Amino acid sequence: MSGILAILERGPGGWHRMSFEALAGALELGRATGEPVTACVPGFGVEAAAAEAAAFGPAAALALEHEALSAYAADAWIEALGALIGAMAPSWVVLPHTYQTRDFAPALAARFGRALMADCTGFVVEGGRPVFERQLFQGKLTGRFLFETPKPNFVSFQAGAFRAPQAAGQRAPVAVQRADVDPARVRQKPEAPFREAAQAVDLSSAERIVAVGRGIGDEGNLELARELAAALGAELAASRPICDNGWLPMDRQVGSSGQTVAPKLYVALGISGAIQHVVGMKGSGCIVAVNRDPQAPIFEIADYGIVGDLFEVAPALIEELKKSAG
Amino acid sequence: MKILVAVKQVPARDLPVEPAPSGLWIAEAGLSYEMNEPDAYALEAALRLKESGGGEVVAVSAGPERVQSVLREALAKGADRAIHVAAEGEAALGLDPVAAAALLEAAVREEQPDLVLTGLQSDDTGTGQTGVVLAARLGWPHATLVVAIEPGQGAVRARRELEGGWFQHVTLPLPAVLTVQSGIARLRYATLMGIKRAKTKEIRRLEVELEGSRGGLRLAGLAQPRRVRQTQFLEGSAAEQASKLVEKLRFEARVL
Ligand SMILES: Cc1cc2nc3c(=O)[nH]c(=O)nc-3n(C[C@H](O)[C@H](O)[C@H](O)COP(=O)(O)OP(=O)(O)OC[C@H]3O[C@@H](n4cnc5c(N)ncnc54)[C@H](O)[C@@H]3O)c2cc1C
Ligand SMILES: Nc1ncnc2c1ncn2[C@@H]1O[C@H](COP(=O)(O)O)[C@@H](O)[C@H]1O
Repeated sequence: MSGILAILERGPGGWHRMSFEALAGALELGRATGEPVTACVPGFGVEAAAAEAAAFGPAAALALEHEALSAYAADAWIEALGALIGAMAPSWVVLPHTYQTRDFAPALAARFGRALMADCTGFVVEGGRPVFERQLFQGKLTGRFLFETPKPNFVSFQAGAFRAPQAAGQRAPVAVQRADVDPARVRQKPEAPFREAAQAVDLSSAERIVAVGRGIGDEGNLELARELAAALGAELAASRPICDNGWLPMDRQVGSSGQTVAPKLYVALGISGAIQHVVGMKGSGCIVAVNRDPQAPIFEIADYGIVGDLFEVAPALIEELKKSAG
Repeated sequence: MKILVAVKQVPARDLPVEPAPSGLWIAEAGLSYEMNEPDAYALEAALRLKESGGGEVVAVSAGPERVQSVLREALAKGADRAIHVAAEGEAALGLDPVAAAALLEAAVREEQPDLVLTGLQSDDTGTGQTGVVLAARLGWPHATLVVAIEPGQGAVRARRELEGGWFQHVTLPLPAVLTVQSGIARLRYATLMGIKRAKTKEIRRLEVELEGSRGGLRLAGLAQPRRVRQTQFLEGSAAEQASKLVEKLRFEARVL
């Protein structure tokens, strides 16, 4: 067993941004363990992509090619990567914690009798071994985990855990390998990805946004958020549970499965700041968080924080804004 | 269609959690528990499939005695039967998805359902893997992040959520495992009648030998997160906080 296999993801539109963050994580694990990193791109017609990845610091790049990998299907990825890992016998397999990784990597690891160390925020080296950190209890605590199994071991890194590397100038050798996968054994029959018919609101161009989370408590209380939005000249948006409940339509959801926004001002009312929400709004110019829990993770990214009850703070804000407008 | 739904009992999301003195789990005194949120949606999806196409819904939960309360809740909402896979100690915590899947697998092998629904991810340990590992152990196909389910002849067509507002349909032969994302359908409440009826429904207990079913993840410690704060906190009464904020937004951040 040796080496680190970093599995990079491409979609119809090109690279998944998190691919290079995971590659950075693999390179850091490589520096910590002294093992060389191979960047692997599964797909069909991905040689040029592998060559591109080769410039970002790995010791080698590999295009893992097959027609059965031209569109994503879980079984195809599990078979192709299972065969590759069986033959290469790497010490570590590193992945970006994308939706696609969520879909296939647990079963890939299970083939080797392993669990995936999923959604890690990073690792530290203690006594010569990497100790991986991941959020538990919705980010309220951090768990430090070890592998107690022999290699290979499987790790995925959360969005933002590592900063994508710079192109190195030096290009590692690129190999093309035909994947060992039998299309007849792929049981999932995927159809083409689609989007819902035109979204009624385009939050991505909003200058100011007031977003509500579960802290709003009840559908009837949304009126308060609407009033604050009106006073600020802002669009109304929400975290997922609000849209799951049907209190606001899906096209007002901000986050990994909703819209990505970058307004000048983002006011988060009663939103805890789960990573899946934060990835959709952390690019905002100025972030204000109102939350009664001083430990809420949203305060890690907020510029201004108010620890308090939104049912007191929001009305006070509305009044203050009206006062100064009049 | 016979559907098995995996429901996990997790600490209530609104309560603070603290590491236990051992540092290897949380202090359990004073905790209250609830049904894992995505699992409530998985149950809802199962009940709707039964209402439209007939069949049976069996709820299963693995853990100590207390998990029977989420099974009662599932029964009150309309599940026909329930299975409690008895598990104590580390295997019951869900830190290792291979162990969790092995516990559920025992119930699936006994029941031989057409479809297994799990939640996408648990709110406590959040490994997001148990359903997929379960499918791998059973040799069944799977799909994750499912937000709609259409039953077909010997197959199921699932709508999967992708990132950034994209979706995709995927068709799988049955039996299969689907992991359900929150929001799949509006959740129902248990009726008084349902709660009454649940008392007469069966919760069967299953003992499982877990020998060798571990995925190799070991919790070495729990800690308060290292918070990297850049936040300027505004103090005072709500009115003072509000006026400070408006001033900052106007003159410091210049966004008003
Ligand atoms: C694959 C996947 C994709 C996801 N996609 C998204 C996504 O696109 N967008 C998204 O938002 N989430 C998404 N989620 C869900 C995400 O993980 C969180 O569960 C969700 O963001 C939590 O929403 P919340 O902050 O509103 O609720 P909670 O986490 O319940 O937080 C509520 C907050 O309100 C505070 N509060 C309560 N009462 C008050 C009060 N009176 N005054 C002030 N504060 C109060 C509490 O302290 C708490 O911090 C996704 C999850 C998964 C697994
Ligand atoms: N102990 C358990 N009992 C019943 N279902 C479980 C258990 N652990 C995990 N699950 C199911 O697997 C899903 C994913 O859990 P996890 O892999 O821990 O994130 C949950 O949403 C449940 O549906």
